[in-house]
Formats: sequence, structure tokens, C-alpha cells
Amino acid sequence: MKISVTVNGEAYERDVEPRTLLAYFLRDTLGLTGTHVGCDSSSCGCCVVMLDGEKAVKSCTMFAVMADGHEIATVEGLRQDGKLHPLQQAFWDNHGLQCGYCTPGMMMTSVVLLKNNPAPSEAEIREAISGNLCRCTGYQNIVKSVQQAAAELSAEPAAEPVAS
Amino acid sequence: MFPAPFEYKRAHSADEAFTLLGLHGGDARVLAGGQSLIPAMRYRLARPAVLVDINPVEEFSYIRETDGELRIGALGRDAALESLAFIAERYRLISDVSRVVADPVVRQMGTVVGSLCHNDPCGDWSVAALASRAQVVVRGSGGARTIPIDEFLVDSYTTAVAEGELALEVRFPTPGARTSGAYSKIERKVGDFATAAAAVQITLAADGTIAEAGVAIGAAGPMAMRVAAAEALLRGAAPSREAVAAAADAARALADPTADTRGSAEFKKDMAGVVVARALASALERLGVEGLR
Repeated sequence: MKISVTVNGEAYERDVEPRTLLAYFLRDTLGLTGTHVGCDSSSCGCCVVMLDGEKAVKSCTMFAVMADGHEIATVEGLRQDGKLHPLQQAFWDNHGLQCGYCTPGMMMTSVVLLKNNPAPSEAEIREAISGNLCRCTGYQNIVKSVQQAAAELSAEPAAEPVAS
Repeated sequence: MFPAPFEYKRAHSADEAFTLLGLHGGDARVLAGGQSLIPAMRYRLARPAVLVDINPVEEFSYIRETDGELRIGALGRDAALESLAFIAERYRLISDVSRVVADPVVRQMGTVVGSLCHNDPCGDWSVAALASRAQVVVRGSGGARTIPIDEFLVDSYTTAVAEGELALEVRFPTPGARTSGAYSKIERKVGDFATAAAAVQITLAADGTIAEAGVAIGAAGPMAMRVAAAEALLRGAAPSREAVAAAADAARALADPTADTRGSAEFKKDMAGVVVARALASALERLGVEGLR
């Protein structure tokens, strides 16, 4: 079946089998291997991507055909103009990753959290990422990273150009 | 593991969904949030020949109060319930459940009606629906049927939805000022299925006695079960520690759980009583009755 999907702002048209899961479409068909596959059964959250700029979804539990006509954002799309996204920078600054396997899912879940709740409490961050497992058990630094990104994102000036 | 091959059909309107389901009959399954169906297909526990994707049908995506009922459409998602202030304020049982179903990411896709249709023995919504005396509206080519939840839930992974039919919405009665409820779930970690779970919905009479009680347990048998004996002994009783303990004992007597990695059958049977007692104490606290813990 032919599908059209926008991934990280780029439009793709591909022919997929209906049973192809979105995570495998991203990794194997588009070559975007930043989205990881962990448990493969919607428990671990390594494969979380953003759907239509508003939902965090586990891409191992969504068929690629369901993304037809929709927009997907993956960890590869976070960097803008050669500059790390505040969340990526914060994970770097706070040692928010050890082995790095859960990191893309942690970041994409957090991107959606910060869109809906720009100033989350520590408890709200822990709740939001409770469906994402870090087997290095590095949660302290992951939470710190999300807190730093929240502070930076809310301090950033509005995107409109300033009149001079 | 990957699901077995299937034919994918997309519905853009309610009519198109009914036409597709009518056409494919028993070969077809409805694909809504997919958070239970897709894992079941991956484990080859489900092998539908045709999937009818209803996600584009915007008219199924509602959560509203009408005629004394909370009506949740086939695409009413768990996360939407979680974020609605009136649910948190007035539908305490539903609010409780919406915060403990699966995990926060799964809840962004998962639907209430889909969970009821899946009827997992350890699912959360079926327990809440029994305690609230919900109804499910099902429609096929022969028209719509409104089915009480006790008849809708038939057996493990089996409901009253017939071939070619679609579960359109679930209806929860709107609680009055003297009605409240609670959900208590024991889980090993966020996102796990329940080790034991109980839902209760209590209505107090003007004199403070219990006028009506809904009590149900999950993860305690082939599917969620109404604890009719507990409801009967609570009805007309004054809220007391003794009444709570008796209801918990009735749940223990009914529970017939299976041992698994979450615990032995004996442990889960005991926990069925514990969660009923906790849920009752919470619901009664919300109605102003303290000191029952």
C-alpha cells in the first residue's frame, strides 16, 4: 500500500505492507535508526516518536499505514540549524544518558510533555516518563535534563523577528 | 515478532466503517488505538484477515455529558479523559482509572471503548464499567443496540459485539451529589497489568446509609467480575469498618485468580479483598465518611 508521510519536515512516499510497524518503517525503510526498538511490545518506550506535533506514541505499536497523511517527528528532527535542541543539550550537560539506548524515546516523550506543560514539576516529569524504561537506571539525571530543558525553553524569546 | 499479513481498510466516516465491517463480517477487526490489538497480533494471539482503521473518523472522537450520562465515543482516548477538569471533579472513579491505565504514552493512543472490546481479564475499564453500571452502544447493519455492561462482557477477550458490528460508545451514568467512586489497583510497575484491581461506586441515602453500591474486581478470573454479594450486603448498610470488611471478604470468596509472575493464586485472592476495602474507603471518604481505613 502506498503511503505519504512527513518525517522531520520531509515528505516521503513509500509502498509498505500493512503489517509494517512504524518503528521498522522509520528504521529500515527510511534509514532513520535514531528510533530504537527495545521490548517490541509497547512496554519500554525506546521507540517513542511524536505524531502530528501533539502525541507521543510508541512506534512499535502503530502500523506505518496509520501514519499515512500524518507528520512524524523522530529524534533526528530535534536538531535545528546545526544546533542541538535544548533537550539534547540538557541531556549532554547533565549526563542524562549512559548507554543511550532509551535516550531517543526519553527525549521524544519529553518534547511532548514540555509542549503540553512547559513548567512541569519533578513529579510530573517522573509521571510523564514512567512508560519509558532506562535499564542503566539513570533516572536522576534524565529528570535533571528535562528540568534544564524546561527552564531554557520557557526562557527563550518568542520566535518572531525583533524589529530594529 | 511481526503480525500475520492482513488487508488494511481505512474508514473516513461512520457510514464507511459500518459498510466495511458489514462487507468483511467475522474476518474483520476494528483498529482504534491499537494498544491491545497490535500487541495481540504481534504475539499471534489475534490474526484478523482484515483491519478496519477508524482513526480518521472524527465523529467518533468525543467525550461529552448528555441526558445524565457521560458518553465516550469509539475514539475517546484515555489521555483525553485524564486532562478534563470535569472528569477529575465529578467522575472520580473514571478519573482514577484514567490515571493508571497502562502508561502515560500508551494512554495517548489507547481508547476506553477499545479496552472494553478487548475484554482482557486484567483490563481496567471493564472493572470500572461494571461498578458504574455502564452501557455500550453497538451498531451494525441491523441498527443500534444498547447493551448493559454485564451482558456486553461475555468471556475472556469476548464481548457481545457481533460480526459486522461496531462498538460506538460507552455510557457511564452521571454521579449525583451523593454518589462517588474509586479505583484501587495493585501493579508491580507503571504500565503493568493489575495484580489485583477493584472499582466501586457508592450512593449514600439522605440518612447516611448506603443506598446503592457497585463493586467489581479485575485480574481475579477469566474477566472482570461484579461482586454481587458485596453489593447486596452494602445496600442499606451504614458505612462502617465492619461493612467494608464484609464486602472485602465477599470479593475474596468470589476471586478465582490464576498464578503467574505477578503472584500466587492465594496472594491475588487475598489482594482482591484488599483492593475492594481500599476502594470502598476512598469512595466513602470522597462522600465525607472518614475513618474506614
